[in-house]
Amino acid sequence: MPKFAQFFARRRRYNDLSVSIQEHIAERADELVAEGMPRPKAEQAARREFGNVALVEQRSREAWQWPAVESILHDLKLVFRRLRKSPGFAVTVLLTLGLGIGANTAVFSVVNSVLLKPLPYPDSDRLVAVWLNTSGAVGPGSFSNGLPLSSSMYFTFSDHNRTFQSIGVWTERNANITGIAQPEEVHTAAISGGVLESLAVPAVAGRWFSQADQDPHGAKTVMLSYGYWQRRFGGDRSVIGRTIQVDAESRVIVGVMPRGFQMVDQSFDILVPLAFDREHQILAGFYLNGIARLRPGVSIAQADADVARLIPVWMDSWSNGPGSNPHYYDIWRIAPALRSLKQQVIGSIGQVLWVVMATLALVMLIACTNVANLFLVRAEARQQELSIRAALGAGRARIARELLFESFVLGLLGGILALGVAYEGLGLLVAIGPADLPRLSEISLDARSLLFTLLVSVFCGLFLGAIPTMKYVGTRVRTLFSGTTRTTSTSRERQRTRSVLVVAQVAMALVLLISALLMIRTFAALRNVEPGFTDPAHVETVRIAIPEALVPDPTAVAHIQNNIADKLAAIPGVSAVGFAADVPMDGIDSGWDGVFVEGKSYEGGEEPPMRLYNFVAPGYFHAIGTHLVAGRDFTWSDLYNLQQKVMVSENFARESWGSVAAAVGKHVREFSNRPWWEVIGVVQDVRQHGVDEKAPVIIYWPAMRIDPYVHTLKIDGPNFSTFVIRTDRAGTAGLVNELQRVVWSVNPSLPLASVGTMQEIYSKSLARTSFTLAMLAIAGSMALTLGLLGIYGVISYTVSQRTREIGIRLALGAQKGELKWMFVRSALVLTATGVVVGVCAAAMLMQLMKSLLFGISPLDPVTYAVVPLVLVASAILASYLPARRAASIDPVGALRAE
Amino acid sequence: MHGYALAKHIKQVSDNLLEVEEGSLYPALQRLLREGLLESEAGVSAKGRPTRVYRVTAAGLRRLEQEVSSFEKMFAGITRVLAVSQI
Repeated sequence: MPKFAQFFARRRRYNDLSVSIQEHIAERADELVAEGMPRPKAEQAARREFGNVALVEQRSREAWQWPAVESILHDLKLVFRRLRKSPGFAVTVLLTLGLGIGANTAVFSVVNSVLLKPLPYPDSDRLVAVWLNTSGAVGPGSFSNGLPLSSSMYFTFSDHNRTFQSIGVWTERNANITGIAQPEEVHTAAISGGVLESLAVPAVAGRWFSQADQDPHGAKTVMLSYGYWQRRFGGDRSVIGRTIQVDAESRVIVGVMPRGFQMVDQSFDILVPLAFDREHQILAGFYLNGIARLRPGVSIAQADADVARLIPVWMDSWSNGPGSNPHYYDIWRIAPALRSLKQQVIGSIGQVLWVVMATLALVMLIACTNVANLFLVRAEARQQELSIRAALGAGRARIARELLFESFVLGLLGGILALGVAYEGLGLLVAIGPADLPRLSEISLDARSLLFTLLVSVFCGLFLGAIPTMKYVGTRVRTLFSGTTRTTSTSRERQRTRSVLVVAQVAMALVLLISALLMIRTFAALRNVEPGFTDPAHVETVRIAIPEALVPDPTAVAHIQNNIADKLAAIPGVSAVGFAADVPMDGIDSGWDGVFVEGKSYEGGEEPPMRLYNFVAPGYFHAIGTHLVAGRDFTWSDLYNLQQKVMVSENFARESWGSVAAAVGKHVREFSNRPWWEVIGVVQDVRQHGVDEKAPVIIYWPAMRIDPYVHTLKIDGPNFSTFVIRTDRAGTAGLVNELQRVVWSVNPSLPLASVGTMQEIYSKSLARTSFTLAMLAIAGSMALTLGLLGIYGVISYTVSQRTREIGIRLALGAQKGELKWMFVRSALVLTATGVVVGVCAAAMLMQLMKSLLFGISPLDPVTYAVVPLVLVASAILASYLPARRAASIDPVGALRAE
Repeated sequence: MHGYALAKHIKQVSDNLLEVEEGSLYPALQRLLREGLLESEAGVSAKGRPTRVYRVTAAGLRRLEQEVSSFEKMFAGITRVLAVSQI
């Protein structure tokens, strides 16, 4: 019979057994009566003859039992009985473990989903981001994000590579969808051939883009994301073949991508083909993200070498127009630096996550240390019992097993509790986590998280049990008896474990507090950085795109924008309105190029350095609060008359002409054979890429100007503009409604996108720091509290253990002040040791956090002085309370006790 | 046969030479039940008390034959060894 079935059928067996035995005794008694014995005596004799009924039953039952399990169940019963008797202990341990393990599981789930799990594409380890670096002095190397690919590079790499199974390029866009419901701006990924082939995720309905779809003269097609398909078409399969208006252009829906499919790290609503016209591509135009699938067995280094070989081929195959030097880019020193797609997606978030994980693990350790202390005290209270059992012959292994088993069970129970905590915590973490956390949609509690919880629970359980176990199993019976009541003071040996735990706690708390304070100082430093705009909470931003297909004439676009701006300014409560191609920290760059500066000689083919471009309308600087440092702002007449006037940032002025004042009236141009543009104004520096990055050198072109690349007269107006509206009503729904009404009164097919306040954009750029800060601050304060509890507990326990000794000391004339000092001193020794260990550990660990810090050294002297001081002061307080109690002991009472 | 009857039977048949202790009898019966060599059912004793009656199963009979034959072999072996040592 299988063991499990036996396990359950045996109640009947036990019953049978009792019946048999009862009958046996009764029968024997009957016989004795028949032999002439009186019944009571006969029954007694029969029972005596039979022997110990309980023992026989027990031994007979064993035939049906599974000894290992039985004894575990027995132990389990004992554990629960003991825990029921000390609910305070049980609840404290379970809560500590539940919260601690739960928090760790939650963060681990994030780490696992974001950093450890492979990307959700088949064979994703073969996917690479085609990344190029430029190390040349005048190249765009100052732009931290590497060099994007140009369309001609895509053609060269795609045609001539030997290492890729497929390669494609893509870029993010926004597109206006009209004709379905309200006009809507949707996130768009424009992709070339090879992108879907590389990602290798099949369409859930319809098909991928074909070669024909990438033909610029062929049919116009579009694919939908699962989310957009559900949202706009209710998941209707007949949508394939339907036509929708994308940027006022009819496109046929050919396919839908499955749920959860993302364009690398971007979610999107629709996919459109890039459909490059091969005949009209030039070398320049670096704005595309490259993605490739390596052939099986090809390493990234091999692919790098392959791409390096193709860079000169690219320059030989294309040009920037007649008369230009195709090998101009040699001075940029373009070099491939391919990286795995996963690395590209994760970016630098890994560090934040590991720091948070390490932080929580430390808090967990500190909490465990406190719990371990509880276990020690508890084991001490059971000393008598354990000694007696040992004296009666209980094996060490048996006692060890029991001690370990108890903590093991507590660990597992804590783990179960932790799963609930983790589930809740994960929701919270995702909600407060940095908004740019990649792979957000993939975060979940999966099998690996469960395994992690189990491992941590078991580890905690065994760790907690191991400390008292090692101490008590190793001790001889005699010492166990002698250590409890008769001696006046606790033995050194017993105190040592506790002291080590406290030192460890102090050290860990110190590390956490130092990192928290460093983050606080980083945050303060970031907040102090002048961002280049003022009072962001009162600036509303909204992106309004006017597609070329809708309004082909750039002057008409400018008039529409001007009209919108005027009408917005007329809304009650609005004090200023302006627009620009991009606003600070919005993650969009309008491009960059070399700008020649008047008064500088560019002999011997020297090239001017790259400058960031922005296109702004009159009144933009006033609206967003960027101070005009010298000169004047653009006017609408400058714009409409195509005046060749520009504005520059303060650092542009200083770098080019030495001072702000000298810049006004000077000239710049983009190409040496082009007319000069006059600098009319200088504005303060703007932290375009976030407060933690240096303010880039920016040149501000008017919102409408003649495109310098195209020789025919074409006006380069930013059709996608962000309007900034300064008003006290920023962020209210009422304002948004009015904005909508105003914009639609000008043109009803214009969607409003990215509606929000400048404050939101600003906070988002600080999100990573504030998230890390919040986590570290929470962890740090928890660590401090737990550490102080630890110190308080230890001193207070020592005092209670040494009551008799204190009584004797007092009776012999010890001064109360000295007594107090004695206890405070012992706490100080522990704290100081912990501080020394902690400072050394922190000095090493903070180097790992270096890149998260801003404007502050990882060895910041203020932090390293303040934290230990605070810790020592708190430790004095925590030990003073029990010390005072010690001093107030009544010597007579203390000596009489016990 | 039920437990008490079994103990008595062994004692009588062996002319009091073999006496099975109750402390060994019941655990042994349970082990035989577990191995499937015996089966038990509710029944009444000769005196009309409710008890459990044990019966040898087919597997039990086969096992008994094996045990008897191996016991006989061993016994024969012992006899021979003792016979040799007497010479």
